[in-house]
Amino acid sequence: MAGQVATGSRSGLRSALPLLLPAYLWLTVAIFLPLSAMVFFSFMTELPLSGKAWSFTLDNYATFFSQGLYWTLLLASLRLGLEVTLWCVVIGYPAAYVLAKVLRGRSREAIFLLVILPFWSNGLVRIFSWAMVLREGGILDTALNAVLPFKINIDLMYSYPAVIIGLVHSYVPYMVLTCYLTLQAIDDSLIEAGRSLGASRLQMLKRVIIPLSMPGLVAGAALIFVPVVGSFMEPRILGGRTGTFYGTVIEDQFVAVFNWPLGAALSFILLAVVLVILALASPVLRRAA
Amino acid sequence: MATTRFLEWCGRLYIWLLLAFLYLPIIIMALMSFNVSPFYQLPFEWTTEWYASLWQNDQLISATWNSIKIAIISTIIATVLGSAASLALYRHEFRGKKVLQALLFPPIAIPWLITGTAMLIFFFGVGIGRGLFAILLGHVALALPYVIVVVSARLQTFAPELEEAARSLGANQWQVTSRVTLPWIMPGVIAGGLFAFAVSFDQFVVSYFLSTPGQTTLPVEIYAAIRKGFTPEINAVSTIIIVVSMALMLLTARFFKFGGEK
Repeated sequence: MAGQVATGSRSGLRSALPLLLPAYLWLTVAIFLPLSAMVFFSFMTELPLSGKAWSFTLDNYATFFSQGLYWTLLLASLRLGLEVTLWCVVIGYPAAYVLAKVLRGRSREAIFLLVILPFWSNGLVRIFSWAMVLREGGILDTALNAVLPFKINIDLMYSYPAVIIGLVHSYVPYMVLTCYLTLQAIDDSLIEAGRSLGASRLQMLKRVIIPLSMPGLVAGAALIFVPVVGSFMEPRILGGRTGTFYGTVIEDQFVAVFNWPLGAALSFILLAVVLVILALASPVLRRAA
Repeated sequence: MATTRFLEWCGRLYIWLLLAFLYLPIIIMALMSFNVSPFYQLPFEWTTEWYASLWQNDQLISATWNSIKIAIISTIIATVLGSAASLALYRHEFRGKKVLQALLFPPIAIPWLITGTAMLIFFFGVGIGRGLFAILLGHVALALPYVIVVVSARLQTFAPELEEAARSLGANQWQVTSRVTLPWIMPGVIAGGLFAFAVSFDQFVVSYFLSTPGQTTLPVEIYAAIRKGFTPEINAVSTIIIVVSMALMLLTARFFKFGGEK
């Protein structure tokens, strides 16, 4: 493909090629060809490798559209993504604002690093750490009962709220990061000017600060929403039986049921949803860039 | 101005609450890995028993070695290939360059569940199958875009006149690259390498779909153990992982400023 596109200035490409080719060849073999293969497989009746006869079919997609279960699960995953994203905005945006506009100098740098640090540690392990906090007789339970005069039972483990808490914990640093970047770019004199013209804090927030930081909000929302819709490990560990989502069903097709063609079709439908979301977000992001 | 002071105070308090939310579960997990009770019962009694028993767990040890080996090899490959590609994208103008740069984002943006299952299908189809080699192939591909983005960002601060000057003084292409360009972009290359290591060492989803019972990595092994039931041993190994990856990230932050601050 690159060859066709580059006919215009061949010399530039030709000298770039030796340095460029290894990386893009690797990406092709390990990312782009697999994604194409997935599309191809999703139209098959059987795995061609198992020796069984196979043919092309639309059945895998028909299964998705005819069986209410998959629709319901996709909607449940989309709802999960929406809820987690909203919580991340509610929790992350004020934090980004404080970081960008209240804290100064070294303490800002240090706290910023502290906020994004856990995000780069192992996600699986962090989800697992919540299991210890949320289960009955766990830390939260014990601590609250030690403080409160009456007996309460907190057993959030294996519930929808547990999944939400774990996912928000995993993804809120994204929101802080992207909002911080756009909030930091807002000139302080702009805020001072608005204030001296008599705008209240709330008006400033609504008319100036939020509109100017919109690209950060949208970028953060896209970066959170997309992986949450495809999450399967978090619902499995924290949700138990209530943690069946679209992602866990795809996982099942590949590791438990071994219906790979159906799994491929479900994955491809998810990919289509993801691409639509990214396409919707991209105008706002491009305006910012 | 009293209200401003009060609001700022609230803001500071809020940040500390957020940090508590982010760190408390991790701290609790770390503490519990030193607790005697295997059912995480209080009162807390100190022990290092669980760390000692880690050494007896051959499965975990071999998975850990696999994780380390794969992370090191993918870091080297991704850093070299990625830095080379960044240089090419920086130095040369050609049609389709924008397309090549845009192609870096699908691997980052597409959920790993999709990438992982797609790799599983394709590697099976072409006969590579599952196992450590497949995992390595996948990890390098996942790390490459990060390396290219980070090194390219560093290259943005490089003045092309420096290369011109070196060339006009008689340096050949290799000398220009190794004596002028590389030293300048080194912080970016190191940061990109650390990113690549973190991507590989922490990678769970893609490894999960590509591993086989004998050939697996640490996160996959931990996931299997969690689903069988919690044990303090998982706490112990998880604590080690989190300390390692956080230390690695602090190291990265030294080489590469996040957040676009001057």
